[in-house]
Amino acid sequence: MIKSLRDLEHIKNSRLPDIRLRTGNVGSNDTLHVLVCTGTGCTSSESRALIEEMVKQLKSRDLQHRVKVFKTGCFGFCKMGPIVMVHPGEIFYCLVEKEDVDELIESHFINGNVVERLLYQDERSHGVAYRRSDINFFRAQNRVVLRNCGLINPEDIGEYIAMDGYFALADVLVNKQPGEVIDIISASGLRGRGGGGFPVGRKWAIAAAARGDVKYVVCNADEGDPGAFMDRSILEGDPHSVLEAMTIAGYCIGAQRGYIYVRAEYPIAVDRLEIAIDEARDNGLLGRNIFGTDFHFDIDLRLGAGAFVCGEETALLRSAMGRRGEPRPRPPYPAECGLWGKPTLLNNVETFANIPLILRYGADWFASMGTEGSKGTKVFSLAGKVNNTGLIEVPMGTSIRTIVFDIGGGIPENREFKAVQTGGPSGGCIPVEHIDTPIDYESLKEKGSMMGSGGLIVMDETDCMVDIARFYLHFSQDESCGQCTPCRVGTKRMLEILERITKGEGTMEDLETLEELGEEIKDASLCGLGMAAPNPVLSTLRYFRDEYIAHIRDKKCPAGVCRALLDYAIDEEKCVSCGICAKACTVNAIRGEQKGRPYFIDRQKCLKCGACLARCPKEAIYTG
Amino acid sequence: MRGIDEQQERYAALDRVIENYAGEEGQLIRILQGAQEIFGYLPEEVQAYIAGKLGLPVSEVNGVVTFYSLFTTEPKGEYTINVCTGTACYVQGAQDILDDLRRTLKLTGGDTTEDGLFTVKSTRCVGACGLAPVLTVNDEVHGKFTRRDVSRLIRMYKKRSEVKAGDQISERPGTYQEQSPAGH
Repeated sequence: MIKSLRDLEHIKNSRLPDIRLRTGNVGSNDTLHVLVCTGTGCTSSESRALIEEMVKQLKSRDLQHRVKVFKTGCFGFCKMGPIVMVHPGEIFYCLVEKEDVDELIESHFINGNVVERLLYQDERSHGVAYRRSDINFFRAQNRVVLRNCGLINPEDIGEYIAMDGYFALADVLVNKQPGEVIDIISASGLRGRGGGGFPVGRKWAIAAAARGDVKYVVCNADEGDPGAFMDRSILEGDPHSVLEAMTIAGYCIGAQRGYIYVRAEYPIAVDRLEIAIDEARDNGLLGRNIFGTDFHFDIDLRLGAGAFVCGEETALLRSAMGRRGEPRPRPPYPAECGLWGKPTLLNNVETFANIPLILRYGADWFASMGTEGSKGTKVFSLAGKVNNTGLIEVPMGTSIRTIVFDIGGGIPENREFKAVQTGGPSGGCIPVEHIDTPIDYESLKEKGSMMGSGGLIVMDETDCMVDIARFYLHFSQDESCGQCTPCRVGTKRMLEILERITKGEGTMEDLETLEELGEEIKDASLCGLGMAAPNPVLSTLRYFRDEYIAHIRDKKCPAGVCRALLDYAIDEEKCVSCGICAKACTVNAIRGEQKGRPYFIDRQKCLKCGACLARCPKEAIYTG
Repeated sequence: MRGIDEQQERYAALDRVIENYAGEEGQLIRILQGAQEIFGYLPEEVQAYIAGKLGLPVSEVNGVVTFYSLFTTEPKGEYTINVCTGTACYVQGAQDILDDLRRTLKLTGGDTTEDGLFTVKSTRCVGACGLAPVLTVNDEVHGKFTRRDVSRLIRMYKKRSEVKAGDQISERPGTYQEQSPAGH
């Protein structure tokens, strides 16, 4: 049980040597630490089987005391997973398979020779990177919130404490008044990382001032934006940072109970949170009389069940009470009337993860990063048509170009960069002409998009912007809770128009109707989902109107995506008449003789499903 | 009468779930998740049973069940294939994979094959965008998936189902299994 700052320091000092080995602050020591990523990406790439194999083989060679294997959270470089990092030396191995374990042990762990073939190969410089810091993907980043992800074992509270974990909480409870803490948060300039960017200090002050003897702290971990996974990685890699921050928040506003509302689709995150909460309780960091003070606080989980609208705060609170997640008009805001009608402070995962750092290193340190209006760093999940997909953290104000080309390594197959989509279904697309835009709350809004929670989807010349707009609108339409007419009916009408356009049946008047309807839905909807639903359509209409016009006037999809506007044909030169395409076709639209002349596609029968194109071994089938 | 026994066992398991959570306010969603794990889906009888136990109107329970996409009122196949259609997967061709799966399994109207082996659905982002396109089969995640992998995937799970039937192992799909931490 930890009852005082001294207890905490005692644990820190006993665990620090281990961690020092990993942070590069220790000289020659015979011990090796092998960190294996067990985030969702690497787990999907079989990292657990890898750990089992490694532990088994180390044991059979009686090396388990000298070479220690640890599970860690996400390193961020998901595409190259499973990732294995060996300390000392921060040797960074990529795409490691079970079959590689023997060689790793014999060559590296026993004889000290790094296995070069498993190192990261930079495609552009053709060089090999030994250390993580040699890799471009990491070089331009500033990992502050993610500092512990890929460093500590998220299922071991001792390692979090060794990295100064829970010291901010101890300091706050023992030495500071709630008002002082809120002042520090306000001075740091931290804004909500969940989307809107509301100043966090102000939110805390409102909740602290709200009258009521029972209050709640809620963490929004319902990361619903498709293409966003930073909250998931924080929960999986550093769950205690969120627990510590929520406890601090509880002290500041006068709450004794916190809830984390987390998506059921994130089983690993749920598991790690449950372990972390148990560990915190066992150590007296949650529960009664924390650090020997008269402050009590405990945290429970509430699981979502698959509804995007539950990311909206009033809907989330209803869902956390076990009801249908339908939003309600504001005011009253949750800070005054939230969970069970009591004042409730609601922040998202990444917002909370910043809090212990601000209190530990000071508001000035935090405010020294970022831009005038947007302080600190931001975690983005970089995905789509970019070479280095994964999780990144950069100071606010970093340009899209730096993110896509320096960190992301550019577009695969040397295709043209077309746009980057931010803010998910509530955001918009930013085209190539604004590639030097520094990313912060204001600049994104100005360009017709928004920060959202931090998904960055890169698109290239083979992505049709009309289809992307249709995709997002279909999403919002499907997820509309149906309470208010503008969202329920309006998005449906917009979707019908977009579907017509992608089939080549649109008219030029449709474009004006889309814009008018979009503006009306934005004005009249009940909650954020409806108010933001037209954004992907309006932003693509603003920057890619030509593409809409090509669909309407020329009946062509310039990117070659919209099926109804494509014709499939077989290149007679390339066809070897193997017959695979004819077998793949479910409507017998492809005919030919087994050996002899090239096959051909009957356009009348063709459903344009593309099954033949996917199967052809000679790439003889093309669209036009 | 093995079928009746099994059903009784399921209701007994459900009673334990209800008992576990009924003391806390607002745990209806947790209870329904538990019920779905036990029964595989949430038929009307189960909804009515839960409503009765919690003293809620059936309409309220049904309202919650139909609001959330993770709840299903139809029985699912032995293997549920969820194709992620989040943005990252969509731009990497998830729709084609979904169409191919449905075509290969000859699904026209419903989502479940006649033999009850496969259910094919699309799902919202599973958060493995770095490996797009991604699909999950029960709780196994398959990343960097291509259209060429579709028939191999189906063959693999068909085979697994046969092996399982042979072994009589009652491993329950849909349960998340985590290994104990290494290095201690």
